Amino acid sequence: MSEQTIPAYKRWFEETGEQVSFFTAFFRNVFRGGFEWSEFVRQCYEIGYKSITLVGVTSFIMGVVLTLQSRPTLVKFGASSMLPLMVCVSIVREIGPVITAIICAGKLSSGIGAELGSMKVTEQIDAMDVSGANPMQYLVVTRILATTFMIPLLTMMGDVIALFGGFLAVNLADSTSWTLYFNKCINSITFVDLLPAFIKTIFFGFAVGFVGCYKGYNSNSGTESVGKAANSAVVNASLWIFFLDVLAVQITQLLFY
Amino acid sequence: MSTAEKNPKKDAGKSQPNAETVVEMHNVRKSFGDKEVLKDISLSLKRGENLVILGRSGQGKSVTIKCIVGMLTQDEGTVTVLGEEVAELDDKELKELRIKVGFLFQSGALYDSMTVRENLEFPLTRVLKMNDQEEIDRRVEEVLDSVGLADAIDKMPSELSGGMRKRVGLARTLIVHPEIMLYDEPTTGLDPITSREISDLILQMQKKYKTSSIIITHDMECAEIIADRLIVLNNGLFVAEGTYQELEKSDKEFVRSFFK
Repeated sequence: MSEQTIPAYKRWFEETGEQVSFFTAFFRNVFRGGFEWSEFVRQCYEIGYKSITLVGVTSFIMGVVLTLQSRPTLVKFGASSMLPLMVCVSIVREIGPVITAIICAGKLSSGIGAELGSMKVTEQIDAMDVSGANPMQYLVVTRILATTFMIPLLTMMGDVIALFGGFLAVNLADSTSWTLYFNKCINSITFVDLLPAFIKTIFFGFAVGFVGCYKGYNSNSGTESVGKAANSAVVNASLWIFFLDVLAVQITQLLFY
Repeated sequence: MSTAEKNPKKDAGKSQPNAETVVEMHNVRKSFGDKEVLKDISLSLKRGENLVILGRSGQGKSVTIKCIVGMLTQDEGTVTVLGEEVAELDDKELKELRIKVGFLFQSGALYDSMTVRENLEFPLTRVLKMNDQEEIDRRVEEVLDSVGLADAIDKMPSELSGGMRKRVGLARTLIVHPEIMLYDEPTTGLDPITSREISDLILQMQKKYKTSSIIITHDMECAEIIADRLIVLNNGLFVAEGTYQELEKSDKEFVRSFFK
């Protein structure tokens, strides 16, 4: 039966099954031994280091805009001194992790999807497999672990840069010292703000790598499928990030509040 | 000029009639959805033999060799390679078998993020788990020298021509010293001169590394140079078998049409 004649719900179940099988294959290969350390380090460089500028600039702009947008409302209520607190809690708890993950979904998921998709189309993955090597371990495990490891670090860096952007924006209207601003920021956040936010970035990182690898590794033959793999990797990774975020908020509420 | 005159070394690679069978397919059937690609395929490859499979596009030639190496599993029948039934093997056994069976893809399938040297080192370090860098370098240089590309060792695949990519692909497959080689249209997309060079190279490598080979091709000059025996595949069935000279004079019009 061709793909066109399979009902959508059946395709959805099929794809879910394939994703579960890919997920188990990933974990089997993580613990199989013979970990590709050099490739993992190379992927961390490609994924982490090469995303620093994009995440940094976006986070800075995000901090500036959030501060400028929030200030008039807080001033109206006579609560302008609460501005650092509001900016800091918003960025650390929610905006920093989600925006960084979405940027990474756009940049990294699509890149991984397109790279593995083109390797599939040009039979490089088949060649690796048929030679007796393990493409899952070399291509997939290293990339997923690299995104899982690097996205939390990028988020932390992004949060600090966004707070710095907030500080500059506060100083556009008022004169606030660096020490006062950051003291207010640090005093406003607690362990309950930091820990769940950090843990969810690990899951975001996993989702970005997993979706990119799954879509690329399982793309069909033909150059068209490379574009499709990249595109669906971004869409699916973004949806997963929002879904995981809702889940993380619910779990945090249940456990800590 | 006759084939023998063009290829004086050809007889050296010919198999003996009583040689050991290294690949055996017995009543193999394979379907994709409603389409039955292989209907009832049986073949055997003797040690040291070069077997060419001819056939129009979409007739199941690639499917046949993918079944041999376990990339596809047949629906019915048996595929035995070096005495082991492929469908019965677990992951580890299949991996061990694949080290003994080289597969050259139509495009060469070079890893395009790696240099030629890294492409050749990959199977040595990842498959054979070699870590003696001197031995790795020696084998890389030896095999590259064999395919006449010693100068291209630090080039990226994107810097190589189609013929060079196939040579490097062949080198990467041969570097682990397989016993059996499977070639998927090795001369497709090449000009006639390069095509002849690749065919001669395949023959030389078969002699040097003492491999048994199955070659899928449409290129009759390649078939003439390489083949000890040819099989013609049509509509999922083998319709003729024999030497190049025998099939050239076949009484079946379809078979003769390949030789025009």
